[in-house]
Amino acid sequence: MSASSGIDLRQVSRWYGNVVAVNDVTMQIGPGVTGLLGPNGAGKTTLIAMMAGFLAPSAGSVTLDGAPVWRNVSAYRDIGLVPEREASFGYLTGTQFVRACAELHGLPDAGQAAQQALRTVELLEAASRRIGTYSKGMRQRVKLAAALVHEPSVLLLDEPFNGVDPRQRIHLMGLLTRMGEQGRCVLFSSHILEEVEQIARHVEVVVAGRHAASGDFGAIRRLMTDRPTRYRLASSDDRALAVAVMELDCVRGVQLVSAGGLEAEVTDLGAFALALPPLARAASISLHEVSPTDESLESVFTYLVSA
Amino acid sequence: MNTTIVRLSVQALFGLKRGVLLGVLPLLLLVLSVVTASLVEGSEAVEPVTLVFGLALVLPLVALLATNGVLGPEIEDGSLVYLLSTPVSRYVVAVSKYVVAAGTSVLLGAGSVVVSALVLELSDPVQALALGLGGVAASLAYCGLFLALATVTRHGTIAGLIYILGFEVLLAPWLPGLRYVSVVELARRVVAVVDESLTLVGGEVSAGYAVGALLVLVAGGVLLAGHRLRSFQLTGEE
Repeated sequence: MSASSGIDLRQVSRWYGNVVAVNDVTMQIGPGVTGLLGPNGAGKTTLIAMMAGFLAPSAGSVTLDGAPVWRNVSAYRDIGLVPEREASFGYLTGTQFVRACAELHGLPDAGQAAQQALRTVELLEAASRRIGTYSKGMRQRVKLAAALVHEPSVLLLDEPFNGVDPRQRIHLMGLLTRMGEQGRCVLFSSHILEEVEQIARHVEVVVAGRHAASGDFGAIRRLMTDRPTRYRLASSDDRALAVAVMELDCVRGVQLVSAGGLEAEVTDLGAFALALPPLARAASISLHEVSPTDESLESVFTYLVSA
Repeated sequence: MNTTIVRLSVQALFGLKRGVLLGVLPLLLLVLSVVTASLVEGSEAVEPVTLVFGLALVLPLVALLATNGVLGPEIEDGSLVYLLSTPVSRYVVAVSKYVVAAGTSVLLGAGSVVVSALVLELSDPVQALALGLGGVAASLAYCGLFLALATVTRHGTIAGLIYILGFEVLLAPWLPGLRYVSVVELARRVVAVVDESLTLVGGEVSAGYAVGALLVLVAGGVLLAGHRLRSFQLTGEE
């Protein structure tokens, strides 16, 4: 594996007609595991396609060690790509598929390289079976083996954990962590916060085609949990409860809802959760419902973009 | 040419149901030839059966199925990415795909044309050779054309079908001017070089022009396909 400084995106935009899929994104993917986090349709696949040389940026530049990736097939000596799409080579065995990829990379000993890659993803046992008979997790692993066979310094994975069962997911995560520890630039996309949290030290967040946040996972997690959240409450006496919760420091506003119940805007989730039950008990109000109204990941992302 | 891509393409072509489909049309031509030979004087049936049904209809359809078989599904489902995310030049990918499609078309399309001619008139091997040569020329040109078509539009098979039935079968035989651009008519000109008795075209198209035009289709088709593959885009699931 040759050392690489990684992939550099400078003011990259991509539009299709009037629709802007990626808007002025500047980021650098260096050694280690990076998570590309964003809701569905945020432009993650578009970004990965541009990093992998399968889409020309409409504006800006995508370079690998200084050389543009688009229309540069020699870049694939350093890039391994695991696309989201299934490999439709169901009629090949795992070994045949990975070996073919090794041959296409012009490796001197393709058979040996294929064995090595299959061993890395722990798929040697099933390697003589046809890919058509594989489970979803095994297919992801055979795709990973194909992408790894030429020991690339950059590994790009589009939604690698989608549809993979939990046990296989843990296995895949372990693999990616190891790849990162070996000094490869590993980038994977996901719309699930917990996945990214488990293996990525560095996170890039994209929302609606824009680069929303970048940095250490902890910092981004804090940004996400410290945001004001709205809670829906229902109780035996909504008006009295509204007065009571307004006394709390962590509550910024309360509104009675015409259909019954109230909505509270909370700045500190933890403090609110601890303070609410004793407060209700002291005022002899029984709580019927306490639920966050905007816990969806989309709302977290929306908050990050506006922050 | 890349032997790995050739091998994978052959496996893709014959590993699926399409492999069976590819054999059906040539088989139909042979059955028709045998039946015709038993009913009428074989020598009279060579033109309608071998030339019109075989060379002008079965062969282009085989070429279309073969070409779209080696490239169509991989473009359609995006799995072409696995071949393209390697340092292999995209022109080499196009040439390799072309070799498999053209080879298949020559073997099954032109091959069945030769056998059909022999079944109908065994006493005239020169005629069979002439038709076979025309079949090879047409196979090579059609595959170049259809390869380019498959990379230009997602609906390569339908576009090719419209081209064969609309242009080659319906229009070209009736409009003399189209002889200069119709693959079948150009291939017939090649046939006539070896066996003049089969000439159906007015002699105004020169043999040199016919061969040159067919070669342009081969080279142009493969180059255009390679050029299009250089801009191959990966799209998401949606």
